[in-house]
Amino acid sequence: MGKAGDAFKSALLAALVTLGLAFPIVALRTDTNLSNQLVLTERWGLTFILAAVVGAGVFLLTLVRPVLAARATPKVSSRTAAPPHPFRRYLPRIGLALLIAFPLIASGIAAAGGPGALKLLDNYGIQILTYVLLGWGLNIVVGLAGLLDLGYVAFYAVGAYSSALLTKTFGLSFWLALPLAGILAAFWGLLIGFPVLRLRGDYLAIVTLAFAEIVRLVLINWVPVTGGYAGLSSIPKPTLFGYSLGSEPGGIPSLIGLPPSPVYRLAFMYYLLLALALFTYWVTQKLRSLPVGRAWEAMREDEIACRSLGINTVTTKLSAFATGAFFGGLAGAFFSAHQSFVSPKSFEFMESAVIVAIVVLGGLGSAVGVAIAAVVMIGGTELLRELDALKAVFGNDFDPAQYRMLLFGLAMVLLMIWRPKGLISTREPTVRLKPQPARGAPSFPSAAE
Amino acid sequence: MRWLAQPLLTVDHLSMRFGGLVAVNDLSFTVGRGDITALIGPNGAGKTTVFNCITGFYKPTSGRLALAHGGTVAPKAVDALTRSDQRRTHGATPELFLLERMPDHAIASEARVARTFQNIRLFAGMTVLENLIVAQHKTLMKASGFSLGGLLGLSKYRAAERKAFELAKAWLEVVGLIDRADDPAGDLPYGAQRRLEIARAMCTNPVLLCLDEPAAGLNNKESAELTRLLRGIREQTGVSILLIEHDMSVVMDISDHVVVIEYGVKIADDTAASVKNDPKVIAAYLGVDDDEVALSTGGGPP
Repeated sequence: MGKAGDAFKSALLAALVTLGLAFPIVALRTDTNLSNQLVLTERWGLTFILAAVVGAGVFLLTLVRPVLAARATPKVSSRTAAPPHPFRRYLPRIGLALLIAFPLIASGIAAAGGPGALKLLDNYGIQILTYVLLGWGLNIVVGLAGLLDLGYVAFYAVGAYSSALLTKTFGLSFWLALPLAGILAAFWGLLIGFPVLRLRGDYLAIVTLAFAEIVRLVLINWVPVTGGYAGLSSIPKPTLFGYSLGSEPGGIPSLIGLPPSPVYRLAFMYYLLLALALFTYWVTQKLRSLPVGRAWEAMREDEIACRSLGINTVTTKLSAFATGAFFGGLAGAFFSAHQSFVSPKSFEFMESAVIVAIVVLGGLGSAVGVAIAAVVMIGGTELLRELDALKAVFGNDFDPAQYRMLLFGLAMVLLMIWRPKGLISTREPTVRLKPQPARGAPSFPSAAE
Repeated sequence: MRWLAQPLLTVDHLSMRFGGLVAVNDLSFTVGRGDITALIGPNGAGKTTVFNCITGFYKPTSGRLALAHGGTVAPKAVDALTRSDQRRTHGATPELFLLERMPDHAIASEARVARTFQNIRLFAGMTVLENLIVAQHKTLMKASGFSLGGLLGLSKYRAAERKAFELAKAWLEVVGLIDRADDPAGDLPYGAQRRLEIARAMCTNPVLLCLDEPAAGLNNKESAELTRLLRGIREQTGVSILLIEHDMSVVMDISDHVVVIEYGVKIADDTAASVKNDPKVIAAYLGVDDDEVALSTGGGPP
């Protein structure tokens, strides 16, 4: 008999079970005929096809599974035993180089007849990086300090509106408004922090959710200042040392003799955002190995033990809220300068949910995981808009953009089943007793002379 | 009788009520400087409640908890501080603290009372070494200029971190966990977790170490190791130890002073040897009729 025999046996069993299950619900079907009488329709063909399909599926699975398992095992052991591939060592540098070169790559793709450089830069580059920045900011609160904040978008909104008002109404330079927006958002972080100090887990989540709604409602109803639903428009664009980056005469591109194109400003905004994101990354990684960062993580693990060690959990929580909010504020200031328009529509609960989803999918506390999750989730949904190729399969009426959120949700469910603790679930210690073996540099025993 | 001559902590008329339930009722005792003091009693006697009052996790209903650093304070000075609205003296030697007025984290960081928990509370996801570094939060926070200096990479902070690292390493050697320094604390076996929690408490540089059932769940060999560890801590660092324990072999072996409570009331307070033969204590543990207790305390042992 052997393996095939066993597989056949279990396939037969599965087919029989299917047959039994399908008998009352598939094989026998009641319909009403024209004179409203119930008639019994028998569908034996369909039932047998179903049973056959299940049987064949089980047969194949039983045969294939041991092969797959045998293949997977050596893979895992080699991952732990062998030194990491040199590629992994250079991955951060390659990633950074790609990020810096992205505007050039985008222009290249556009020149080669692909989608326009503007679209690539804006829809992919800037949008993904914005969510990376927001994800890293929220990661401080949710990932490190373990405080579930469902209202992070409030700080994004505070940053966006304060920067918009500071530059538009008070005529401040964007470069001054940017840190001020961060500081104002941090201040709002403290403000929300105070009333929720005693709350944990679900209760905290609900209060932060309510807080975000309050902020949004204030933005809608405080018409003289925020413009209500209409929002604030024609927010001044950032300049570099007083020179515009647009293609009008007097702007930097025309001064250095470049042909007029809106790409330069976009590329400039992209680099500005990249700098902000890298700054956030640097600060977060640095904070992790400082006492305050360690206290955040300790608080996530056990708050009572923290207090017994002399850690003031009140100030620790507030500092986490304020630091996270600061980066949310920076992202908001960038957003308003980039769009030169803000309205309450951009700061709805869905935004908070997406940011939380990015942090959770990326793996709580892991900066790299959050970045990957942002690329997959935001880049993926953008990509789904453009899958016109699917029309060939589903017919011309199929609009991929309509199924965007459905696929997005499906991807999230699958990811959570495959990786319940997020993409990167291993935690890198902030300090080690024994130095790690140098990555990717396998030391070979020196040849005997 | 060091606990009478040189008290480190004086518990005065401590009461703790939860609604109608009186968990601790007018309890007074002292913890001697450099002593190992055991707080024992049957289940539900209120031992952990006393601990929670001392370490600030509960606010006592009434009573005074006076702790003195570096010397014995005259009762007059304690009364003077009690009348003022201050919670501690500043710059005086000996320095005096009224624990019932302080929040839990200040009791740990200012009054330097460290504690462990009955159900171990480690930072399970962090490494063993990180657990010990977190315990030195106060010193490191100051050295890092409340994070700003540390963010800029000032050398002062790096030196402080180096020192914290060395202290952590030294304690890991003492509790025999140096080989597991980089493993998550939650992965350690039970006995090792208990030892790590004690090491973590010691990393806060305490004057009084409060241990809530340190031998619970340990086998005989591990209990003996624990006894050695506690003795070593007392001898090497001079830290006073206050412990709750059910394992009488541990209590009788290492305690200089035993306080026995039952239903929140103190029933004995003496050296281990004399408490062991106290009829009231025996009655509390073994359960004897009330008239028998009256007889034995009234007439003395036959």
